[in-house]
Amino acid sequence: MIELRNIHVTYDDAAAPVLDGIDLTLDEGELVLVSGRTGVGKSTLLGVLTGLVPRFSGGTLTGDVLLDGTSIIDTPPRERAHVIGYVGQDPAAGFVTDTVEEELAYGMEQLGVAPDTMRRRVEETLDLLGIADLRARDLRTLSGGEQQRVAIGAVLTTHPRLLVLDEPTSALDPTAAEDVLATLTRLVHDLGLTVVLAEHRLERVVPFADRIALLTGDGGLVVDEPATVLATSPVVPPIVELGRAAGWSPLPLSVREARRHARHLRVLPAPEEHPATGGEILLTAQGLVVTHGRHVAVRDVDVELRAGHVTALMGRNGSGKSTLIWTLQGAHERRSGSVAVDGADPARLAADRRRAHVGLVPQTAADLLYLETVGEECAAADRGSDAGPGTCRALLDRLAPGIDPRHHPRDLSEGQRLALVLAIVLSTSPRVLLLDEPTRGLDYAAKRQLAAIVRDLADDGHAVLVATHDVEFVASVADDVVVLAEGEVVSAGRTREVVAASPSYAPQVTKILGAPWLRVDEVVAAMEAAR
Amino acid sequence: MSARLARDLHPVAWWVWAIGLAAAATLTTNPLLLLLLVAVAAVVVQARRSDQPWARSFRLYLWLGLAIVLIRVVFRILFGGVDGGHVLLDLPSVPLPDWVAGVRLLGPLTLEGLLAGLYDGMRLATIVICIGAANSLANPKRLLKSVPPALYEVGTALVVAVTVFPQLADSARRVRAAQALRGGVDGRVGRLRRFLVPVLEDALERSLALAAGMDTRGYGRAGDATRAERRLNGALLLGALCGIGVGTYAVLDTTAPRWLATPMLLAGVAVAAVGLVSSGRRVRRSRYRPDPWRIEESLVALSGTAVGVIVWWIAGHDLAVAHPGVESVPYLDVAALGAVLVGLVPAVAAPPPRLAVAPALAVGA
Repeated sequence: MIELRNIHVTYDDAAAPVLDGIDLTLDEGELVLVSGRTGVGKSTLLGVLTGLVPRFSGGTLTGDVLLDGTSIIDTPPRERAHVIGYVGQDPAAGFVTDTVEEELAYGMEQLGVAPDTMRRRVEETLDLLGIADLRARDLRTLSGGEQQRVAIGAVLTTHPRLLVLDEPTSALDPTAAEDVLATLTRLVHDLGLTVVLAEHRLERVVPFADRIALLTGDGGLVVDEPATVLATSPVVPPIVELGRAAGWSPLPLSVREARRHARHLRVLPAPEEHPATGGEILLTAQGLVVTHGRHVAVRDVDVELRAGHVTALMGRNGSGKSTLIWTLQGAHERRSGSVAVDGADPARLAADRRRAHVGLVPQTAADLLYLETVGEECAAADRGSDAGPGTCRALLDRLAPGIDPRHHPRDLSEGQRLALVLAIVLSTSPRVLLLDEPTRGLDYAAKRQLAAIVRDLADDGHAVLVATHDVEFVASVADDVVVLAEGEVVSAGRTREVVAASPSYAPQVTKILGAPWLRVDEVVAAMEAAR
Repeated sequence: MSARLARDLHPVAWWVWAIGLAAAATLTTNPLLLLLLVAVAAVVVQARRSDQPWARSFRLYLWLGLAIVLIRVVFRILFGGVDGGHVLLDLPSVPLPDWVAGVRLLGPLTLEGLLAGLYDGMRLATIVICIGAANSLANPKRLLKSVPPALYEVGTALVVAVTVFPQLADSARRVRAAQALRGGVDGRVGRLRRFLVPVLEDALERSLALAAGMDTRGYGRAGDATRAERRLNGALLLGALCGIGVGTYAVLDTTAPRWLATPMLLAGVAVAAVGLVSSGRRVRRSRYRPDPWRIEESLVALSGTAVGVIVWWIAGHDLAVAHPGVESVPYLDVAALGAVLVGLVPAVAAPPPRLAVAPALAVGA
């Protein structure tokens, strides 16, 4: 249906092309997953399909894009709108109108679809995506999963033949992500729609993919069946990692297949649970209540953070995780309850004293950065924290060595930028560190690095709290887990116990081997010990 | 009586009604009449507003009106103005240098001066409150969508611009909180930079994402107008612009030849109308569930217009009612009372609004 032929894309200030001679043919009714490490050009490839590259990104594009044999490479995105639908990384940023129903109709209005057809299609789409009860809602009041489904619906109403999605599940909690993916599979099966999506969290998407397009990093592209590509891919979900380590063939892609292979692993001795180490308590919060107007965001929450411990804070979108984190830091006003860090209440301290007790990395970490180079940012952080010159740079070199101080912070990769923000926050040497959703946009390698950094900080005597949706990240780093729902703690305890008890928060290894297994490296270690 | 179907009234109807009331307010300084106009607006808003966010803004306009009255009265006390009359409080006059001749600071405070300030403030406040009533009864965005098809693109741009402000406020709040998490350069310029750079970066990124989103969804498709048609439309709109420009100038400048004034202005408007219709016909775009214009809309629009017209007639024929002056006690006659009460018609005639969480049948209406 759509064919990319010998595509080359070079950005203006880059030495090497991002895409170097790529060919890709998309057939009707298939779901293709675009995968690869951060910054290899996944979004660029999607942009070539939609026409946004090079019109919105700059750079030069050569080669040809064919739709049913006719070249559309010179056709702007708006003239491709009836064939190709696109949902960007942040669906809320692309909303034009203010209610769900109007948003669904917007694309059709642009194409001049007849009013009665529009009416019918809006109703069909509302049902297809299961969002009929949201029809009159204000778009800004929707949760992340709902926004994603509305955004998909809004491009579906024009009946495109190809749907292009950039990281559709990265901001979603596990349940909402499953909903969105189930919807997409249904569209592929029932309507024969072709779907191309880029995603970092392979563990969520791989079972649904018909083919994987792996960007190799040197401008090349490998396209094949998932099992074949994943056998050698540098980015793989835990399930494939386990399969490779255990030598299973063919590689299992879903939990169901892996369970069949895993029968012989059941005999392995279960990993030993390290007893809870009794680090000193650095932060105590009791009976926290936070309200936004009439809405109770956090209700009666007790939290204890110990030195040397990493605690994960989980819960669906909008369950009060961010509110809790900002309240613990002291910037967010609480209605009642107490917070004590080193005997002081952070809410009563001035912002500069607060920083010395509690460090926080917010969801959009880039909000902290405002200077032109990494070196300037570090120097400003040192001056602002009364730390000796070079403190921030030394921290940065420990977290992510070898960043050129002359780089602009926006040119860094997601992982490097996060490390820079972390270094700036740590330069006031707080002992309690709060991280809000740090894994967004990170690939597996960057997440492993982040896990190592967090573990390192905990071993250094920090108490760390991480709010995240990423169950695999939690499995790899957290000692304890607190699960929030509607602002209340629904379960809290050791990671193994909490995660094993919940089907939606269980990592893949737990799903395959059952509790108490959490991580691939545990299984590998046990297999080696048994050999 | 059977229940009436709830539906949203056409926004233009609400605006015509509100402008009628506001026009009536500009034509009178009778405080009773002005209070009555505010009361009418308030009753209709109470009766027919929905539960959407914009509907809650009416209270803000009432406060704004009160503030306007207060400021106007305070100015009267500060700058005096009216000489003679009943002195309430003999404040000393502050001598000012010659070059501000005509302005007096403080000075004796007279009942007449105070009343004149009060009436004047009330008039302005009433106008603002009437516009506020329209804003809380009709979704401002739907009003923008009712523009003729040829202006659709401008309308969308305006809608987007309106949406950007709450987003900008969100991102400002976020950045302010985030910057408090780190040490950095202080001082006025430093702090401003710390705040502005991330907010502007964020705004720019959002705009790009929105532009990309709109483009991929077909905003600004060329349609099927031929080159000649596009040229004709361009010529028509340019001609209209020239006509309206010259006409307006001639109307305002009394030394210009008369044939350049009203005739030119009318011709310009006519050409503009032709241009809008002809380019609108070429636009291949449709509208999802356009607001219908039914008998209720006509009733609402007519009631507002009637208020304006009748008060205009009173202002011409019964000066004592329209502008009672500050010496005598203001009063109303039956005509004035009736005129303003006509504005209450929408409270009954307009259909009940659709509520976000209510059945479509409003029981008891």
